[in-house]
Amino acid sequence: MTPARAPADLIAPVLGGDRRALARLITRVENRAPDALEALARLHPHTGQAALIGVTGAPGTGKSTLVNALALAMRQRGQTVGIVAVDPTSPFSGGAVLGDRVRMTDLAGDGGVFIRSMASRGSLGGLAAATGDVVRVLDAAGFAVVLIETVGAGQSEVDIARMAHTTVVVDAPGLGDDVQAIKAGILEIADILVVNKADRPGAQNTVRALRAMLELGHRLRNAGHHGAGLLPAPLETPAADTWTVPVIETVATEHTGIADVLAALDQHRAHLHSTGEIAERERQRVEAELLARLREALLARLLAAHDPATLAETVRRVVARELDPASAVRALVAAACGDGPPSA
Amino acid sequence: MTDEKIRVLIAKPGLDGHDRGAKVIARALRDAGMEVIYTGLRQTPEMIAEAALQEDVRVVGLSILSGAHMALIPRILEELRAAGLDDVLVLVGGIIPDDDIPTLLAQGVSAVFGPGTNTDDIVRFIRTALAAPSA
Repeated sequence: MTPARAPADLIAPVLGGDRRALARLITRVENRAPDALEALARLHPHTGQAALIGVTGAPGTGKSTLVNALALAMRQRGQTVGIVAVDPTSPFSGGAVLGDRVRMTDLAGDGGVFIRSMASRGSLGGLAAATGDVVRVLDAAGFAVVLIETVGAGQSEVDIARMAHTTVVVDAPGLGDDVQAIKAGILEIADILVVNKADRPGAQNTVRALRAMLELGHRLRNAGHHGAGLLPAPLETPAADTWTVPVIETVATEHTGIADVLAALDQHRAHLHSTGEIAERERQRVEAELLARLREALLARLLAAHDPATLAETVRRVVARELDPASAVRALVAAACGDGPPSA
Repeated sequence: MTDEKIRVLIAKPGLDGHDRGAKVIARALRDAGMEVIYTGLRQTPEMIAEAALQEDVRVVGLSILSGAHMALIPRILEELRAAGLDDVLVLVGGIIPDDDIPTLLAQGVSAVFGPGTNTDDIVRFIRTALAAPSA
């Protein structure tokens, strides 16, 4: 084996466009190697340039095929594209089969594209814990666009909305009745809705159900703005600075409708900039990330502060109904922080 | 707190359209806790080397049933070397006549696994080879 280079030594080659160094650094970051943190810190000033686009939706809707078609179209207009495709880790073996590249063979042999498959490694929100850091490395490496494809997501895997500037939710005909569409969940995070496989029977029903759901959501939001609901909610009066979520039909395998999705992505990006919303999204993104890291760091410290036997004994007492879970946690936190209840 | 996984690329070079064996291996390696990047059918040597580079895998598994192994494998090894991936373990499976195996091993293939190989043997081979101080 060639000696592994330390992450810090990979920074200059990554910034200079060395794809091998990029792949290696991503591995270190994905493995959450302690020395990768330093590399990420040094890359941070180089980030913030890429358009971060999330693609999510149920399994089998055609996310990978859509990503392939979008990336190809972006390449044709000269943008470089980094792709992070996340697939689930087996909860039993810890292994994973990552199959998104199968749909992305159109992009082979193009030095302006870099595709990286990631396993979710136990994370539940549709991404891996390290996905944000891998996206950051691709951003720093200078890709104009980073496409982030989530695990096949159903209803609550909404982490992508906090990571991406624009979230594309992909649906397809025949996946469920219109009750699925009115449930809360990933539809609410969509900036752009795509009905893929639009050449299949039932596609128009899916489009109609999604449009109806969007209209409803819009009215509810307006009603919320008008306080206690004393005034009737105004019908369909989108202000100039309100983003209207488009519903776009595609057949990604045939590249049909891809230009429309690309146009909607451009419009959404322009909207984020013209309204200043990009700054607010960036702020929310950073806040969510800081909270997640804080949670992880505090948990690690808290667990380190307790003897494993104490933890086992607490579990035993809760199981025996001698103690309830909330009181157990309060006691563990108080003991670790060396304090009683917080002073008022 | 590093969380290392063995990453493996499973590819089908050439034109044969039968990938059941490759999928069985992918699944077995997954069940052994590895992360397997499956690339699908009809991969060119260039595509395989490119995917191996981008995915930073330590193992490349090739499944060839078409009989074109003596033409394809040297080209794949060459592409891997050109991409700087000479430290990657290359495993070959499929229909490979015994007479060809010594040549393939001499060219840089790490092991050849024929039909009927127990997948546990493949897992063990990968773990042992990667654990060796200088593979």
